[in-house]
Parts: sequence; structure tokens; C-alpha cells
Amino acid sequence: MVRWGVHPDARKQAASPQDIERLPLPAMLHIPLLQHSGAPAKPVVSVGQHVLKGELLGARQGNISAPVHAPTSGTVVAISDYPAPHPSGLGVLSISLEPDGEDRWIELTETDPFSLTPAQIAERVAAAGVVGMGGATFPSSVKMLLGKRSQVHTLLVNGSECEPYLSCDDRLMRERAAKIVEGIRIVLHAVGATKALCGIENNKPAAIEAMRHAAADFAAIEVIALPTRYPMGSDRQLIHVLTGQEVPSDGRSADVGVLVHNVGTLYAIQQAVRFGRPLISRVVTVAGGAVARPRNLDVLIGTPARLLVEHCGGLREPPARLLMGGPMMGLQLPSLDAPIIKGSSGILALGAHEIAQEQPSPCIRCGQCVSACPMNLMPFEMSAHIRIGDLDAVQGIKDCISCGSCSYVCPAHIPLSHYFDYAKGELTARERGKMRQESIRQLTSARKERLEREAREKAEAAARRKAERERAKAATAKEATS
Amino acid sequence: MSHISHAPHAHAPTSISRVMWLVIAALVPATLFSIWLNGWPALLLWLVTVGSAVFAEFFCLRLAQRPAAPVLADGSAVLTGWLLALSLPAWAPWWIGALGAIFAVVVVKQVFGGLGQNLFNPAMAARVMLLIAFPVELTTWVQPAPLFSADALSLSQSFALTFLGQMPSSFAALSGATTLGHIKTELTRDISVTQALAAHGQSMSASLFGLHGGSLGETAALLLAAGGLALIALRVITWHIPLAVLAGVALPALLLHANDPARYLDVTTHLLSGGLILGAFFIATDPVTSPGSPRGQLIFGFSVGLLTWLIRTYGGYPEAVAFAVILMNALTPVIDRYVRPRIYGHASKAASKKGAAS
Amino acid sequence: MIAIISLTALGVALGLGLGLAARFLRVEQDDGLASEIEAMLPGSQCGQCGFPGCGPAAAALASGSAPVTLCPPGGSALVRQLADKLGVKAQTSGMKESVPMLAVVEEALCIGCTKCFRVCPTDAIVGAPKQIHNVLREACTGCGKCVDVCPTMAVSMMPMPVTLQSWVWHKPAPAVAPAVAA
Ligand code: SF4
Ligand code: SF4
Ligand code: SF4
Ligand code: SF4
Repeated sequence: MVRWGVHPDARKQAASPQDIERLPLPAMLHIPLLQHSGAPAKPVVSVGQHVLKGELLGARQGNISAPVHAPTSGTVVAISDYPAPHPSGLGVLSISLEPDGEDRWIELTETDPFSLTPAQIAERVAAAGVVGMGGATFPSSVKMLLGKRSQVHTLLVNGSECEPYLSCDDRLMRERAAKIVEGIRIVLHAVGATKALCGIENNKPAAIEAMRHAAADFAAIEVIALPTRYPMGSDRQLIHVLTGQEVPSDGRSADVGVLVHNVGTLYAIQQAVRFGRPLISRVVTVAGGAVARPRNLDVLIGTPARLLVEHCGGLREPPARLLMGGPMMGLQLPSLDAPIIKGSSGILALGAHEIAQEQPSPCIRCGQCVSACPMNLMPFEMSAHIRIGDLDAVQGIKDCISCGSCSYVCPAHIPLSHYFDYAKGELTARERGKMRQESIRQLTSARKERLEREAREKAEAAARRKAERERAKAATAKEATS
Repeated sequence: MSHISHAPHAHAPTSISRVMWLVIAALVPATLFSIWLNGWPALLLWLVTVGSAVFAEFFCLRLAQRPAAPVLADGSAVLTGWLLALSLPAWAPWWIGALGAIFAVVVVKQVFGGLGQNLFNPAMAARVMLLIAFPVELTTWVQPAPLFSADALSLSQSFALTFLGQMPSSFAALSGATTLGHIKTELTRDISVTQALAAHGQSMSASLFGLHGGSLGETAALLLAAGGLALIALRVITWHIPLAVLAGVALPALLLHANDPARYLDVTTHLLSGGLILGAFFIATDPVTSPGSPRGQLIFGFSVGLLTWLIRTYGGYPEAVAFAVILMNALTPVIDRYVRPRIYGHASKAASKKGAAS
Repeated sequence: MIAIISLTALGVALGLGLGLAARFLRVEQDDGLASEIEAMLPGSQCGQCGFPGCGPAAAALASGSAPVTLCPPGGSALVRQLADKLGVKAQTSGMKESVPMLAVVEEALCIGCTKCFRVCPTDAIVGAPKQIHNVLREACTGCGKCVDVCPTMAVSMMPMPVTLQSWVWHKPAPAVAPAVAA
């Protein structure tokens, strides 16, 4: 039985009946080189260069990284900082691409995915820049390799889409179920798993139907209707509900023999492995009370959010809040100029009546947050410690998945998950500070060594010269005397 | 910086004032019934107690130079006064209510730092204080004289009673003990529970409908239980504490009554008298002074119930709920410290300690 | 009421006991402490603390005559370590969290004299004679020594820029402050 979680008002009815629609080619794209967790990609094109659709713009660097590709053919007009789709509005190195309108692909060849070895599949997925599209944006190939190495037996397909408003995964499952199912089979093949469980919340009967139909011929794939409850789409919760197992606190899902992929990711994997198409577009839900006609759009990565909203009839009221992602975990956008990235599941413009605006009051210890927490934490106690700055006393901060269930139910409107993200940032900063100190100490001693070495070398050189001089002197003296 | 809002951007339709006012609303039917049952003095006492609580809160906020209106609107002072009023004898003099309410709000709540900071349940702490300081006033019960009935006091008589302490001479004969008080007294005179109960003329249906002597709100068990169940249905409170409290009383009562009916009261009488229902649904569930985790709440509730039974059976005070609640309030921080849910992905207690330390 | 009083009394008694214990059981500090502390300090001898170098600063810390917050390059991480080591309370909140600074070289002004390179205690500046010099962001402690020696004033200090990776959430504004009565 599921005891945790909350039941936010789903509000999906506006966008979910709308077919996926392709957004016309924008006049300019801004493609951030950091759209994933890990190291940013390194630009491999130069300003003024013409690129084809699907051509590599930024190469991955480091173990955990992902490349980015040109979403359409056109000219690179700038490689510079552009505001990231992030609450801070900080700039991130991005490639600005001016489309030439031809939308011409690089040469692609179709391959039978099942003729490839697991390593080849992983390499194709990596080269296509596929990352987790549910929002975590972890490079998918890394996850697959890890799964292969730890011999996972089950693939969990995350079609829960538990965030309110969003229906991009719902539409994807209804319209492209066969491709998702092929993606599932590709991953099963690549990691050597024998079973796939596809969990879909029971408020999406059409998606369940479509997926069941598409998977009918494959005994290894089972589609399961899940109770509708937030945060069902969180990896750890999904794993528990579908398999009854808990991922150890300091472990990964592979430790309990499972691998979780979102349906959007599986679609991208199928496209990458069968057709060699890199991840250059995604389905985005545009919704919220301030949006005139909510829709689901197929959008090129790098498209400014403003164009999506304009395509949906614009804003019918000044938005009280702009979000990328869902209302439970989404990030506030400072402006609609921010580009769509691989992890953007939705662009929401919420009206004043839709957002939480009440001022926090003192905690009444009602325990609602405890009952809601899917990780079984005690949020009210954690936030009390954080509030007074006692970060060491906070129990379970590392287990918090920042799902926001606690903040959602708190009658005192205490920004609990905000406290936890603050504490996590502060703890990471401390960790960084410690590492920095360590490296400074090393640098200092390295310098000391260098100086000593230089001094020694200098002294030796001087001694040598002196000896030579002496020898020379002695020689001339000898000559003179002889 | 602070203009950036952190997720979640949506919120459940709830707030502290909604919680408080819903609890108050759940008390209304039982309160109206009690007032009808006990006549005008009950209404006057209720007014004085609630009014004093609100006034005391206002005064404290003023003293701390904080805006009073938003805090008063959260309903917590009204609720404190209301619960206290319901736990007092209906015909107690006005100053008992006023003093108790002021004590509850000023000493038990605001001195600890206001809403959410208090260790003890304000209403119950006040009641215990009153019981210790003014035992006579707090244990004088009357046989109910419902409004508009022949025995009922007129409004002017009621004013005289509540505010001037003038008991109309015709009413002296009506004074009677509560069920539990009566049995307590009888037991000390070596009269068995069964005989005492029979002599008290107390029928079960009378208890259910509250047609017997008692404090304002201890009398309408059915209506109180209905209100409590409504709160559970509305998710204002959870079932853990009420059920555990009732079980804590019922289990020992069941066992020992079966063993020796002459010495030990039966379950039904236990459950229906002495404000147990009020305590289980409305007082022990006070969020501020009860543990936050479901398991902690079960332990807390069961202990309250057990203590209630113990005090009733072996202790000096028949009205035991208040003492039991206060005692367990003191243990709440301990319960919260040690009884916590097992964190997802942690094998055991030791593992969760490790997670905290790292 | 009795419970309140007894709890208060208990609290006071325990508090007193702890205080006394802390006073009498305090470990006698040995001379090793200073060197241990010195090992914790960055060791760049930058002098930002006002002492001639890390050694004297460590001695002052060990004798309790300097606050644990003295070392700017160490940052709040060091403050906490020192506080733990010395058994004092870290006053990080009171400490005006100095923003970490970073040296930058104005390329147009640099004449490649290598003076800055030679004074930098952490070899954070790279470059060769007659070439433009550059500061490595990861290695610079912000000590500012290079600023003083540059003949063309090409080096200046600026706050460490915040990037997407180092950005963190601010602390939420506290709830309406609980009333403090009497
Ligand atoms: S839900 Fe809010 S008020 Fe209730 S215990 Fe948690 S933090 Fe406190
Ligand atoms: S404490 Fe963390 S995991 Fe638990 S409900 Fe809050 S945000 Fe979610
Ligand atoms: S401020 Fe200058 S001298 Fe000091 S560490 Fe940085 S680069 Fe080196
Ligand atoms: S001291 Fe100034 S001029 Fe000389 S190398 Fe450094 S930055 Fe350039």
C-alpha cells in the first residue's frame, strides 16, 4: 500500500486532448552547451560556420557529459553566454544558430538495432546526446553501461507523469507507442534485461491502452496501471511500487537490479539507435491558466520559450509565474527568453489563482509533512534545524528528493523543500570549500618544492660554472706558466 | 534574490486558520447541545472563557508589538478558549473560565513563544492548574437542567449564578456528581462499582446522548465523536491518536472488568464518560503538543489512554484525561526524537544515523 | 504546573552540570596543537590574517588569542574545522561571509614581467617572460599579493563569479517571528 505522497489537482485536461503539433522553424536558436548533469560539452564549431541538421555542435568532455547537435541546418552566429533556463538567469555558454530554412539533415542510415552489440548501442546513444528527459537529464548511455555492468534484470519504464499540467509523455505514449516499445526492446537488448515493467498512472487510460496495444506482441513487456499519486514518477518511488524493493540510501537503482527510463528517453533512444538521429527536439507541454490555448508541441532544442507561448495563442492574462517543468518541482523562469533544453517537459504560465502565495507562519507540528514525505523523512524537524543554521543536526537531508510534497501540504505554508535545497547547496559548498583548501595546500607545497628545486638547480649550475671557470682559469694559468 | 520562488508552485488548499476553524466547526454541534442541556449559565461561561482567551492573545501580541489581527484570525486562541470552556463544569463561576483562559494563553502558550512553540496543551494545562488551585469549584457538578425545561434557570438567575456565584436555593438539591466522581467516592466507601452505577441511576443511553452531569463538553459523547470523525474524513486530523487513546482505555478496562466486574468499571462507561471522547478527538490530537510521526502518534495516544485508565482506576482524580495529556505532552519531544519513520532505503536505525552523520 | 516547574528545574540543573563539566574537564592544550593547526591552514603564508604567516597565526589560534574566522582564503569550511578542533562555537553567522575573491589580469596592460607570477604563493598565475599572464581560477586564493607588485596595475581583484554549477538556493525568509513575551 502506498502511504506517502499528495494529490495535487492534476489540471491536465486543457493540454492532454491536444495532438502533438510541430512548432514552425524559429528565426534563431540558442543551444546551451550544458543541458545535462555532468560536464558541459565543448564547442567544436566556429562562428560563421554553416552546419547541417544533426551536425555536432559541442562534443562531450569527461565521463559524464553529453554532446549537443544542430537542431536544424543554418549558420552559427555566436558562441557566447546566453541566459539559461534557470531561476538564477545566469548565463551559460550557448551556440546561437540562425536557421537557413532548409532544415537539411546530415546523411543518416537506418540500422537494425538488434544487429548491434550492447556496446555499439550505448555508443550510438551517447553520440546522439540522449539524456534523461523526465528532468534529471543524466546521460542515458552512462546509465545503460552501468546497468549492463551490474546485470540489471528489469527495465522500468516511467510513464507516470505525475506532475500536474504536463501531458507530453501522455501524448507521446498515445501517438508514438510503437516507437517507445521498440526503444524498450532496444534497451532490454543492450543491458541484457529480461523484463520491462511500464508504469503509467491510471489517470491516463488512453496512454495505457495504446502502450498495451503496442506491447501486445512482446511477452517481456508488461504495462501496469499505477495509482495516481505524486511523486509516483520519482525513480525510487516507482521502483518501490513496481518491484516492492527499496534502493539503498547510498546506492543506485542498479543495486536492486533495475534500470529506470522515462518514455521520452526511450523514444529518443529508438530514434538514435535505429535512425542515427541525435536528440534535437522534444515534446513540450505549454499550459497554465495564463496561456490562451494550452497544447503539446514538438519543439527544436534551443527554441526560446516565448515562441511556444505565442504559438499557443499568447498570454491571456499577465502570468503570476513562469515555469519550466511542472508546478511541483519545476524551476521558475525569470523570462520567456530562456531556450527549451533536453530536460524541458513543460512551459507553464500560471495565473495568480493557481500559485501558492501565502506567507509562511510558524510550524504547528501537525505532521502532515511527515505523512506526505515519500522518503519517510521528518521535514518539520529538518527545517527547524536548518532555520537556526544547525545543518549538522539535520537527519536525512541526503535522502530528500526535493519532491516538494511536504511544502505542498504544509498548512503553515513553510517552504520546506526550499529549506532542503538551500541546505543541500550549503553542504555542497562546504564540501567544495574543503576540497579547495586541500588543493591550495597542495599547490603551496608544490610551489615550495619548485622553488627549492629551482634554487638547487641554480646552485648546481652556479657550481658547475664556477668549476668550469676554475678549470679554465687553471688551464690558462698552466698555459701561461708553460 | 528572494523574488525567485522555489517549487512547489502549487499548494494544497489548506492553511492553519482553515485547520483551526474546521476543528472549531466540528465542536459546534456538541457545544450547542451542551448549552441547551445545561442552560444559560453554560452559555455565559462559554462566552467568558472564549472571550478571555482571545483578549489574552491580543494583549500578548500587543506587548510583543506584533500585528494582532492576522494571528487572531488563525483561530487558535478561540479554539484554546473553546476547549477549556468545554472541559469546565457548566455552572462554574465566570472567573474560573477567565482565569483559566488567560493562564492557558499567556503562561502556557505565549511565554513559550506562541503558536507552535508550546510544550503543553494550553487548555489542558489550564484545566489542571484550575483543578489543583480551585478543587471545589471544579468538582461541583449539577444535574442537567435543559433550557426551556421546567427546572431551567432564567437568564437573570443565570447571570446571578455565573457572575455573582448565587446558587438559586431551589437548585441545591440538584447538585450531583459525574459518573466517575460518584463511583470514585462510592468505592472509597466499599461499595462495588456495580452497585454504585445502579444507584447513580446512570443508563448507557443517557451517557450516549449526554443526558447526565458533567462538564460542558464531556456530556455529548455521540456528537463529539461525530465531529471527530468528520475531522478525520476531512484529513484535518489522522485516525492514529484518537484510536490509540480509545484503545489505551478500552483494553485494560476490558481485561480487568472481565476479571473483576465489582472492582473495575466496564469499557462502555469508561469510553463514554469523563470527557474521553473530547480528549481523544480534540485534545490529544492537538498538533503542537503531540508527536509528528504516525508511529509516534500511536504511542502517544495509547499512553494517554492507558494513563487515563490508570489515574481513573488508581489515582486521586476521577477526571483523568487532562493529567494524562499533560504528562504525555512532556514526553512528546522524547517520542519525536526516538520514534521516527524508517527513512526509505535505510536498512535500520543505525543506517539512518550514519546518513545523518555523513 | 508541577511538570513545568520540574522540567525547568531539570533543564537548569543539566545546563549547569554541562557548563561545569566543560570548565573542569577541558583538555590541557599541548604544544602540538599549534603545529596541528598550522597543518590545517592553507600554508600560503599570504598574511591576509594580519599575522606574518600561517605559523604565527596557528600559534595565536592555539593560545586562543585569535578568532577562528581569521583566515579569508580558508573560507567558512576552515572556520568550522578550526572551531571543531578548538572546541569553540563557530561564529559563521556573525562572520561577514567575505565573498571569495579572484585576481584577474587585464591583458592589454600586462607587459609580461613575471613579477606577479613570482609572488603568488599558490602558483596560480601562469605565463612566461614577455607574455601575457593569466590567473587559474581554481588555484587563486585571493590573497592580493600580485596586485601590489604589478608595475602596470594590470592585476585587480574581483569577486569569484557565480556560475550555473556553483549557484545555490538562498536561505528562505523565516516565518513570522514567534512572539517573545516576558
Ligand atoms: S506540515 Fe508544516 S506545520 Fe505541519 S508539521 Fe510539517 S512543517 Fe509543521
Ligand atoms: S522532505 Fe524531501 S523527499 Fe520528503 S516530501 Fe519534502 S521534499 Fe519530498
Ligand atoms: S591573489 Fe594573486 S598572488 Fe594571491 S593567490 Fe591569487 S593570483 Fe596568486
Ligand atoms: S605583474 Fe603585471 S605586468 Fe607583470 S606579468 Fe603580472 S600582470 Fe603582467
